[in-house]
Amino acid sequence: MTDNHELPDTRSVVLVVNGERREIDVETRMTLADCLRHKLGKTGTHLGCEHGVCGACTVLVNGHSARSCLMLAVQANDAEITTVEGIASGDGEWHPLQQAFHEHHALQCGFCTAGILTSMVEFLGENPDPAEDEVREALSGNICRCTGYQGIVRAVLDAAGRLRARNGAISP
Amino acid sequence: MGPPRVVKPPPFRYHDPGTLEEAVALGASLDNAKFLAGGQSLMPMLNMRYVLPDHVIDLNRIPDLSHIGEAAGRLVIGAMTRQRDIERSDLLHRHCPLMRKALMQVGHPQTRNRGTIGGSLCHLDPAAELPAVLAALDATIHVAGPDGARDIPMTGFPAFYMTPAIGHDEIVSAVSFTPWPAGHKSAFVEFARRPGDFAIVGVAALLDFGTDGTVNRAGIVLAGVGPAPVRCTAAEERLTRRMPDPDGIRSAALTCADLEAMEDVHASPSYRRHLAVELTSRALRSALAGPGAGSLV
Ligand code: FES
Ligand code: FES
Repeated sequence: MTDNHELPDTRSVVLVVNGERREIDVETRMTLADCLRHKLGKTGTHLGCEHGVCGACTVLVNGHSARSCLMLAVQANDAEITTVEGIASGDGEWHPLQQAFHEHHALQCGFCTAGILTSMVEFLGENPDPAEDEVREALSGNICRCTGYQGIVRAVLDAAGRLRARNGAISP
Repeated sequence: MGPPRVVKPPPFRYHDPGTLEEAVALGASLDNAKFLAGGQSLMPMLNMRYVLPDHVIDLNRIPDLSHIGEAAGRLVIGAMTRQRDIERSDLLHRHCPLMRKALMQVGHPQTRNRGTIGGSLCHLDPAAELPAVLAALDATIHVAGPDGARDIPMTGFPAFYMTPAIGHDEIVSAVSFTPWPAGHKSAFVEFARRPGDFAIVGVAALLDFGTDGTVNRAGIVLAGVGPAPVRCTAAEERLTRRMPDPDGIRSAALTCADLEAMEDVHASPSYRRHLAVELTSRALRSALAGPGAGSLV
């Protein structure tokens, strides 16, 4: 061990979180998840396992889902981050996924929900009309200890239909 | 005001070079440094403080390490290419469908968005899919270091358990391989306790055929059996120069019962051998049932 550790290694980073540009100093060893929660107050992002297994911490980094516990905040410098706080529309209307989760009892304690919603935003963006087994496959990286998944699968399929209807004019 | 007391990784100095040369120079000059690729293995180890590096050299800001292409009849993949981009590459899928078939079983979409082929290769988990695929393809591993670049055949890449045969100051820059001929068939089949988990045993199978339908060449490589990918040459020999009929498949798969298999908390050696036989048979049947690959022109 060397004298490297006497001063924290910090950097100034720019994160665009849910459309809002934030410039902050972070310790370089701080994970993106801890930065979002403790530096930026975005506590909707949850931490379950902190080693990449449970999916609770999933956020979108430049539109792609990623485990925020497995990224350093400094690695997200200049990136656009979407957390669960950012998926509803600006006027507060729920995202069709949120509405469908509400109606299909797709959450119970809600611990897993933020990571599932962000993952499904990416998934339905890429696959607007998924089969049920594709939804199950897409959910495989998110652990839910409460619901038994059936309601989640139904909600995602329902939300896919709502999104298709909303974007109806442009879908094939 | 100090930093919030929420940080899990141990203290280190962070470096994010923009070129491979800078990364190599940093690796050569810094003590107790770790290269950070996609972070899907090293970050958990840092969060749990299994590793305590003084320096972390992040390779994510080196654009030149991320590419998929074709050169002189070989397919070339940059070490920092995300698994998700490899899975979605039409070029790779056309000429080497095995790649996508294996990747669909690597972790989850969220981890494949970040995880890289070079990271998986250097982490060298015995059960990992990508090292087995690269072994089945007889890939070449391209490495950069302070003494210049060198190539290592995949057979010589694992040194021992979870340890590649490269120096601590060397960096895998790319992998390349000659795709199997047009019309070849392949499959990757594994058994894991939950989808997306590391497999207990996985099998990469490749088959190429003569004009009469007999097998010209077979490739059978298993993950999760030994500390590094294991090629079952006995199975390959049983398959070649004959029709891939059910008897041939059965007799080839049965040779996997003689492999030396490791033991850990997940499975005994005899269970691993049982899986090796069954999964090899399934992989061969699955390969035969699918379409042949396209040609690299
Ligand atoms: S907290 Fe990140 S995957 Fe579990
Ligand atoms: S709702 Fe409780 S973990 Fe999913």
